[in-house]
Amino acid sequence: MPYRSVFEIIGPVMIGPSSSHTAGAVRLGQLARGIFGEEPGEITVRFYGSFAQTYRGHATDVAVVAGLLNFQTDDARIPDSLEHARERGISVSLIPEADPPQHPNTLAMELANGANTLRVTGVSLGGGAVRLTELEGFPLNLTGENPAILILHLDTPGVVAAVTARLAQNEINISHMGLSRRGRGKVALMVIETDQAVPKEVAAELMGARHVIRVALLQG
Amino acid sequence: MFNSIQELVALAQDGGVPLWQVMLSQEAEVTGRGQEEILEEMAGNYRVMKEAAKAGIQGVTTHSGMCGGDAKRLYDYLEKGSVLTDSTLLKAVCYAIATNEVNAAMGRVCATPTAGSAGVLPGVMLAMQEKYYLPDSAIVRHLFTAGAIGFVIANRASISGAAGGCQAEIGSASAMAAASVTELAGGTPHQAAHAMALALKNMLGLVCDPLAGLVEVPCIKRNAAGASNALVTAEMALAGIESKIPWDEVIEAMHQIGCAMPVTFKETAQGGLAATPTGEEWKRLLWS
Repeated sequence: MPYRSVFEIIGPVMIGPSSSHTAGAVRLGQLARGIFGEEPGEITVRFYGSFAQTYRGHATDVAVVAGLLNFQTDDARIPDSLEHARERGISVSLIPEADPPQHPNTLAMELANGANTLRVTGVSLGGGAVRLTELEGFPLNLTGENPAILILHLDTPGVVAAVTARLAQNEINISHMGLSRRGRGKVALMVIETDQAVPKEVAAELMGARHVIRVALLQG
Repeated sequence: MFNSIQELVALAQDGGVPLWQVMLSQEAEVTGRGQEEILEEMAGNYRVMKEAAKAGIQGVTTHSGMCGGDAKRLYDYLEKGSVLTDSTLLKAVCYAIATNEVNAAMGRVCATPTAGSAGVLPGVMLAMQEKYYLPDSAIVRHLFTAGAIGFVIANRASISGAAGGCQAEIGSASAMAAASVTELAGGTPHQAAHAMALALKNMLGLVCDPLAGLVEVPCIKRNAAGASNALVTAEMALAGIESKIPWDEVIEAMHQIGCAMPVTFKETAQGGLAATPTGEEWKRLLWS
């Protein structure tokens, strides 16, 4: 059941005109921004399916950029987000793609700031609910409703144990966990959803652990 | 969590409570929040709905300049006092259009269940509040009835025009409003569920064909259709009329129709009204 709260049905409070194409796009931008961890200097967004056909009329373009600037779904600055990005010196590319997507409302974001880069794809389910479906080519299933920690690491024995032990020491309970890898011994992505928010210090400690490449936090 | 209208109604009947209470209790259980806090958040959402409707009847112009001012036209017409049907029905329609004009002007609305269909439920509820001089709290409770219906439809079918066509947006909104207003008027959970089914059946097959990819034509006026359909089917349910097709089967039919619907009719602005010569002309004017 993708919807869990009454406020996904009676809500969100938002700037129009579309909950899936505007509020959902803000939310996808916010989630990507959260994982990226800082304001991006370069933003490329690719629109697929219905998004590619109606992104201008439904304000999906300004909405996703607003989310990447960390605006909320009801922020009155959403219609002017492209100007805000320009003022901050952020370069923005918006590209409608012809490829048929898995879900009709799909967008892919590529963010960069110096050496920090991120590729993440998400879908908007309707009524403002969203799901991140892919990160750096790894499959993902995150709605952003719960806190989560994402760890890119080398596929080596002991990494998962080290991470979960550190979470346990900090009294953080795991509600869901997923693991995928490019191949044996290659880069892997660990996605852990938690009941409690993971403090930044814990993420910083994990960043220093052996075989860990990158750590990102998503606050629910 | 309830996953069908059947389960929802059974929970209400077993507990001897209205549908809105089942939704409120589940929300508290799932989120670990207190019921007072949840009611307060919903009251905040209702204030947003009221503000949007109020702004709309003053007369707004949409972002593209293609629409606007129709809520004001209808409001002025109502004020003159000579209407064909009934002023409550027309008020609901007026507030529904007002809300969606504000939405299309990139104003602030509460999605119910979506922004494109955000006028239907507030339109009906605001008209009821004025007719019966109800306090906000009475309306706020019944937004949970609407939430419960939308929750089942969203989880079993879709509330997205891109996935299910306009029937999934205006149809769902109309079904939610029909159940809400039935319960608000003293109907049983059973009657509210029939109002939901009657309302949704009338909207089956409705395509999403927005001109130039905007949420304006035909979206704004379809909110009027959704609001009036909700009131009519609520009256039918309160009179004891039942849907011949069981509640959850209607939702499943909507889902199947949405799956089979060509992509040109699912929020791509490639078919229906969007593909008329006038639709093509607007697309050219706005985007080329």
